Amino acid sequence: MIQSSAGITRVLLIAGAVCLALFPLAGSAFYLGLVTKIMIMAIFAMSLDLILGYAGLVSLGHSAYFGFAAYMLALTAPKYQAASVWVSLPLSLLATGVLALLIGALVLRTSGIYFIMVTLAFAQMLYYLFHDTKLGRGSDGIYLHERPSLAVGDFNPISLSDHNHLYYLVLALMLAVYLLLRTVLASPFGRVLVAIKANEARVRALGFQVFAYKLGAFVLAGMLAGLAGYLSTCQFGFVNPEILSWQYSGVVLMTLLLGGMGRLYGAVIGAFAYVLVQELFSYEALFGVYAKHWQLSMGCFIVLVVLLLPGGLAELLERLGAKPAAEPDDG
Amino acid sequence: MAECALAVSGLTKRFGGVVAVNAVSLQLSRGELHAVIGPNGAGKSTLANLLSGDLAPSNGSIVFDGVEVSHLSADRRSRMGMGRSYQTTNIFAQFTAFENCRLAAQSRAPHAFNWLRGALGYREVTREAQHALAVVGLERRGAILAGHLSHGEQRQLEIAMCMATRPRVLLLDEPLAGMGAEESASMITLLRTIALDHAVLLIEHDMDAVFALAQVLTVMVNGEVLDSGLPDAVRANPQVQKAYLGAGEDHV
Amino acid sequence: MEYLIQILNGVQYGLLLFLLASGLTLIFGIMGIINLAHGSFYMVGAYLAYWLAQQTGSLWLALPLGILISIVIGLILEWTLIRHLYRRDHLYQVLLTFGLILIFEELRSLLFGNDVHGVPIPAVLNFSIPLTETLAYPVYRLFISAVCLVIAAVLYLVIRKTRIGMMIRAGNSNREMAQVLGVNVPLLYTLVFAFGMALAAFAGMIAAPISSVFPGMGHQILIICFVVVVIGGIGSIKGAMVAALLIGVTDTLGKVLLPEYSGMAVYLVMAAVLIWRPRGLFPAT
Repeated sequence: MIQSSAGITRVLLIAGAVCLALFPLAGSAFYLGLVTKIMIMAIFAMSLDLILGYAGLVSLGHSAYFGFAAYMLALTAPKYQAASVWVSLPLSLLATGVLALLIGALVLRTSGIYFIMVTLAFAQMLYYLFHDTKLGRGSDGIYLHERPSLAVGDFNPISLSDHNHLYYLVLALMLAVYLLLRTVLASPFGRVLVAIKANEARVRALGFQVFAYKLGAFVLAGMLAGLAGYLSTCQFGFVNPEILSWQYSGVVLMTLLLGGMGRLYGAVIGAFAYVLVQELFSYEALFGVYAKHWQLSMGCFIVLVVLLLPGGLAELLERLGAKPAAEPDDG
Repeated sequence: MAECALAVSGLTKRFGGVVAVNAVSLQLSRGELHAVIGPNGAGKSTLANLLSGDLAPSNGSIVFDGVEVSHLSADRRSRMGMGRSYQTTNIFAQFTAFENCRLAAQSRAPHAFNWLRGALGYREVTREAQHALAVVGLERRGAILAGHLSHGEQRQLEIAMCMATRPRVLLLDEPLAGMGAEESASMITLLRTIALDHAVLLIEHDMDAVFALAQVLTVMVNGEVLDSGLPDAVRANPQVQKAYLGAGEDHV
Repeated sequence: MEYLIQILNGVQYGLLLFLLASGLTLIFGIMGIINLAHGSFYMVGAYLAYWLAQQTGSLWLALPLGILISIVIGLILEWTLIRHLYRRDHLYQVLLTFGLILIFEELRSLLFGNDVHGVPIPAVLNFSIPLTETLAYPVYRLFISAVCLVIAAVLYLVIRKTRIGMMIRAGNSNREMAQVLGVNVPLLYTLVFAFGMALAAFAGMIAAPISSVFPGMGHQILIICFVVVVIGGIGSIKGAMVAALLIGVTDTLGKVLLPEYSGMAVYLVMAAVLIWRPRGLFPAT
């Protein structure tokens, strides 16, 4: 089941990880922040890839979990003190997991186009919850006065307000999430998920309770999206309802498209690609008056990618590598 | 007298105004191969779907090992011991033959929902998968992508997947479909072996296979059972000959 | 009596939603395409109404011109892009039409800017009929409801009673079979798509005088439209009507009774329906 193209991509990935690890030595604070943001996006995208690229569930409301965890941190953090990561992170993840369980139990009763629409609708419901009601403090959002602290007693070597510390923490978490998902996908649970995307009826006929597997994946994906949301709040110190919006669900979807779905590393590549493309299209020197309207260029670009290279950069890499991938989910 | 593994009585399925299966009754016992034949459109595949749980009946009952299952889901029935193979090849084309069987075997394993240990590390499951491949004669083709197997091998894989779930009752929907003479002969031998200690319901068009294998024969026409019983007796029934077997022939 | 006004508003909103939802559900039911840009066409219609009414001085002239332009845009879109989506996964349909949303939104920004614009109600309809001594109801809203009802009736008759309707229903169930029977499926699809989009644009045009014309107007209504289709059942015009009225009234009354939660009310109704009927109230298949 191993093909030589996987060998090449493995080398590229390790090279990429090394570059990321060394980047802070070369980059300015601005670029450090940008790459941190991209890596958080990569975690978000990987979580979506689990249910979309591997299990075949097209969720258009994944930002709900990203945003919910972000809001959990913002809402439970003490007003002028730093929350403890050791308390607030598990709390956010658990709450997000419960949310994903509740929503998943409802939306997974549907399939196909209904599923796409209801996932979008539930995310929108959450958006209104935080936008309209007193709970969410409205469209202005909530500020975090102090970043959460990793202190254990008096021992506090890592500070989330420090760009470098945050960068390495996010890098480590991104790699950890990658390894976790790789492990899950190689497990009995993961094999069933992949089979469900390939031929759900047959999986059912073999005696598997398909609903349970989908729900499990949905909850895991939700919690990982929540991790990304939590980290994002740590980075910016701010949440607002836009992170729950369907536009943001669309962004992470486009990220997966650009990078390539069903190959975890595609999510990471996609995050970099999306932000780079966005920066490119906003570059006034090249695009003049259209730079402000970069979404126009992005929209056209997305249309072209869907029509011409739906497998994204990962597909391109695999084609340029040795043989074509025998099993796309093994990359 | 073999005990009755599957008892179907009065099974009916209506699609709007069309009655696809009408009050069909039959019985299946362990160690017995019960063949169902009939012209196209007789309702045989609908019957298979009703038995496996892919369709819900409009009326009637299906009792499997003493338990009424007609309203249970397909996955539930599978876990209870009903296995099924499909008329149009329904394998996972992008997985290897081995992985197809491994997945099937995994469905019986208690740890199937495990998240963290590698799937290939479960020896019992992988052994079961190898065994299933060996039973159908595909033991040396395990590493080939299922979609790259020949048609006959894919039909064999269908059976292997079914066997890997360790069923007590097998519903086989035209396993010989599209097979050449040599492949059919091996398949017939295989089915004869399987039938020794399973209850097998065989839906087929291939008359050679049917008369070589069946201990009980049921003829369906227009969704109804025309005749059912020992193959020779059914074959001799003039109605059966007229409706199905002897159409256009001068002699029996 | 105030509730009567709110209920009338709710019904009018519901009927407008019906126009949109029926276009969406037809496009999906017949062609199997999920079209996120449907809301953008609603916006296109509204902006066309604004611009054409400005140019010609009359909404009555703007309407037929606008419909014509929308049909042309729909035909071009189908011919260049949408037809590549028919055999593809819904995922790629979502992505491509999402890209279209971005394009439409930015084109709108380039052509018309980001301000909110008004469209004047045609003089002949710009009055209210009294309901009680103190309350009166705007006739233009009644006009909108009436137009939607007429279109609903026409749709029903066409789909149920004409040969074209039969072809649509045939295309709905089985593309290959329909082709074998002589239905020109590619042409049918092109026409259905253009028609669906024209319906959306028309809804935007007649709604423009009361809803104003503003950025993002397509997005809000698109998602509500999805809710309508999910509740009503995909491919069902009857379902779209029932669900649209339900949602229209719920949303409007919600804004009055529970303003903080009104945004969520619609989705809670959807959740309730899903628990009971995961395939909608009147699934076509």
